[in-house]
Amino acid sequence: MSTLWIATIVTSLLCFLLKFIGYSLPESLLNKPRVQRINLLIPIALLSALVAVQSFGSDNSVVIDHRFAGVAAAAVALRLGANFPTMMLLAAVVSAVIYRI
Amino acid sequence: MSLSAAPFDKRVVLRDSLAVAIPVGTYGAAFGAAAIGSGFSVLQTCLLSLLLFSGASQFAVVGVMGAGGSPLSAIATGSLLGLRNGLYGLRMAPILSLHGVRKFIGAQLTIDESTGVAGIGVYFFWNLFTLIGAVGANSIGDPSAWGLDAAVPAAFLGLVWPRLVDTKSKIVGVIAALLALLLIPVAPAGVPIIATALLAIAFGWRK
Repeated sequence: MSTLWIATIVTSLLCFLLKFIGYSLPESLLNKPRVQRINLLIPIALLSALVAVQSFGSDNSVVIDHRFAGVAAAAVALRLGANFPTMMLLAAVVSAVIYRI
Repeated sequence: MSLSAAPFDKRVVLRDSLAVAIPVGTYGAAFGAAAIGSGFSVLQTCLLSLLLFSGASQFAVVGVMGAGGSPLSAIATGSLLGLRNGLYGLRMAPILSLHGVRKFIGAQLTIDESTGVAGIGVYFFWNLFTLIGAVGANSIGDPSAWGLDAAVPAAFLGLVWPRLVDTKSKIVGVIAALLALLLIPVAPAGVPIIATALLAIAFGWRK
């Protein structure tokens, strides 16, 4: 089985289990302030890291290229209150234009 | 008597459906295209949307694999992002009190991005547009020429943006991004992302 299949199937199973366990455990078990605080911060840390890696990572090096222009445009759009589709479309258009120049 | 009572008005139904379909569709199509760009097949891409059904986790899996990471890194990152769905379910369970098959389905439809328990409409559009995005991306060639390689980090930015509500979350976000960049040259692909979970634990340990 290829690594892509392993990643597809195992992550799907684990994420379903996490959802199902959430519905099955007594609320008191995980409803602790520390767990809640960490639960709020984990997606913030991982998503921020993903923004950084996907914007600047190229194999094992850090580069500034057309992607940065697109993501910077997206950040400005978000700052101005743009919605999700507009923001993503803008990032794609700006990046593609810089790439093709 | 007019038939314009809200739930039966076709225009209202259409408007409400579009209000769901447009953002979910754009995001789903972007995922489909991103997965193809990362080397996943159309079948694998569609299975991720059908089975995983959690936008951030799906993008993370294809992002880490596309960057050359190991399946272990992809699974760890995707599952860590899935943790919050579990904790969300924990809060929803007493409200919905589902049992048997309905609990099974309810759990699968639980994501915190949209409306908690997303409902069958979001699931439908998410999967439909994943397929459209995947098939489309299969035929466009170079993803960079269409800005796809910037749309993916932009999607992550759009997901993290509304979460940056206080000073602590902003600090964690900035430090996580910097830490990931520092680790890129020295750590195997995927590790720079998972490593930042430790930051979340460290910063969340005390109030």
